[in-house]
Amino acid sequence: MDRIPILRMGSFLLVTIQVDLYDRLALTLEADLVQMVNKTQARGVLIDISAVSIVDSFMGRIIGNIASMSKILDAETVVVGMQPAVAITLIELGLPLKGVHTALDVEKGMRLLTEMIGTEQPEESEDDDYITD
Amino acid sequence: MSTTLYKVLQKKKKNILEYWMSLQLSDDGLREDLITNEDLRVQSEELVNALIANLSEASSLDLQAESWDPVIEILGGISITRARQGFSPRETGNFIFTLKESILQVLNEEIKGQPEVLFEESRKINRLMDNLSVITFETFIKGREEVILRQTDEISEISTPVIRVWDGILALPIIGTLDSSRTQVVMESLLQEIVETGSGIAILDISGVPAVDSLVAQHLIKTVSATRLMGAECIISGIRPEIAQTVVHLGIDLSNIITKASLASALAYAFRTLRLEVRKSNIVAPKN
Amino acid sequence: MIISLTKDPVTIQKEQDVVLFRNRLKEVAVKIKMGLLNQTRLITASSEIVRNMLRYADGGVGLIEIVSRGRDNGIRLTFTDKGPGIADLTLAMRDGYSTGKSLGLGLPGSKRLVDEFDIKSKLGEGTIVMMLKWTK
Repeated sequence: MDRIPILRMGSFLLVTIQVDLYDRLALTLEADLVQMVNKTQARGVLIDISAVSIVDSFMGRIIGNIASMSKILDAETVVVGMQPAVAITLIELGLPLKGVHTALDVEKGMRLLTEMIGTEQPEESEDDDYITD
Repeated sequence: MSTTLYKVLQKKKKNILEYWMSLQLSDDGLREDLITNEDLRVQSEELVNALIANLSEASSLDLQAESWDPVIEILGGISITRARQGFSPRETGNFIFTLKESILQVLNEEIKGQPEVLFEESRKINRLMDNLSVITFETFIKGREEVILRQTDEISEISTPVIRVWDGILALPIIGTLDSSRTQVVMESLLQEIVETGSGIAILDISGVPAVDSLVAQHLIKTVSATRLMGAECIISGIRPEIAQTVVHLGIDLSNIITKASLASALAYAFRTLRLEVRKSNIVAPKN
Repeated sequence: MIISLTKDPVTIQKEQDVVLFRNRLKEVAVKIKMGLLNQTRLITASSEIVRNMLRYADGGVGLIEIVSRGRDNGIRLTFTDKGPGIADLTLAMRDGYSTGKSLGLGLPGSKRLVDEFDIKSKLGEGTIVMMLKWTK
């Protein structure tokens, strides 16, 4: 069965979705990710969806679920790299993904997580010009 | 179509072409600046060949018949190119009218002695060529419309300039009425630019928008929400007092949106967010 | 008058067919030069309906048509299933209503994403959903 790989980066988990998700794959990801958060005691989850061209209400719900579940396990979730067309479609569909943090790319998402959690991360450059919420 | 007619035309194909060329070349509307005489000859010959060849196979003069597709295709191709090259409708029309003239001329020469046959055949040719003229015009106009549509697209693109005011800050001043299709373009180009530049803050300045009704407000809210989903922040600036009044009277909730009165204050807000400082320097700048 | 130029029926029976259907739809949309945003809207809307068909009716058929009206081109999708049907269409079209455990955005959400939307359903016989999106 297909699985989406979850990478561990320090106290964060990184998931890069490269394929079009069908429902079972998304559900498996949800389960795997929650398991991983628990196992690794991760403080943050980054989901990179820059390669995803379609997010429908089911996928949207899974993303929301992952965020809420991780929150209970004391980890913040940041969705990064959403395509413009996907963002507009989600809004029109009526799914603004409230409670999910977003960032433009993995790097900015990482900074946002670091900012929210305040864990020790590799030295930031002097001009840390990240955006706060 | 009678076999006599088709045989006559087949035999006289060369005459028709020559006569047609001479008519075209002597026409006042000849556009040597747009098309060389050689190219014109090639075009004309292609059309005459296809037309006459078709008269031999298809007894039907109904243009709906599949056998006419090649002729229509050639003719359509010529008209659309002419529309794009900037030929006038008259010049394009004359192209096909002079062909009709040439065929009728040849027919007249060949069956002079039989007025009744001549009349009957001329009428058929007439009807056929008229129908082809209609196609010529339709395609010509379609070609022109395509040009207009492309220009409309270009105008709406030009009218929504996304400006990179600072590293990480985009601004989009909107001037003129915001309707649904325009907001669409505004929204798409702004979001696209956010991705391309990796800018975390976008300022949508609406000081040049004459009125904000509930539909426009909805579009603005949509743009802001979509920007947020992508991981950037969208500020709306340039809200005039009248607009603030209407917005509240219409019961539109903008409380989730960062709004600023002017572009300058939006920029100041953006600088603060990015932890940038603008200060007056003590050092006198060299004048040059 | 809307003229149908091509018809391409796709059978949807298992979950992977959803991806297949999306790809087929994407091909057609690219062929008629539909913009990326409208493509995304249409594919997302169809995705909602296809899921409903699988969940409530054990699948069905999705018909992809290229249609034209004047100089506009578009894609019309017709989803036909032989499922249990929908008891109250007005309720089903309302935001947030669901008999399953979903968000209840499927039907009303897809309607917002397309230019024309029509749904017909008969209890015990099945449901037909039609949606149309113009390229522009």
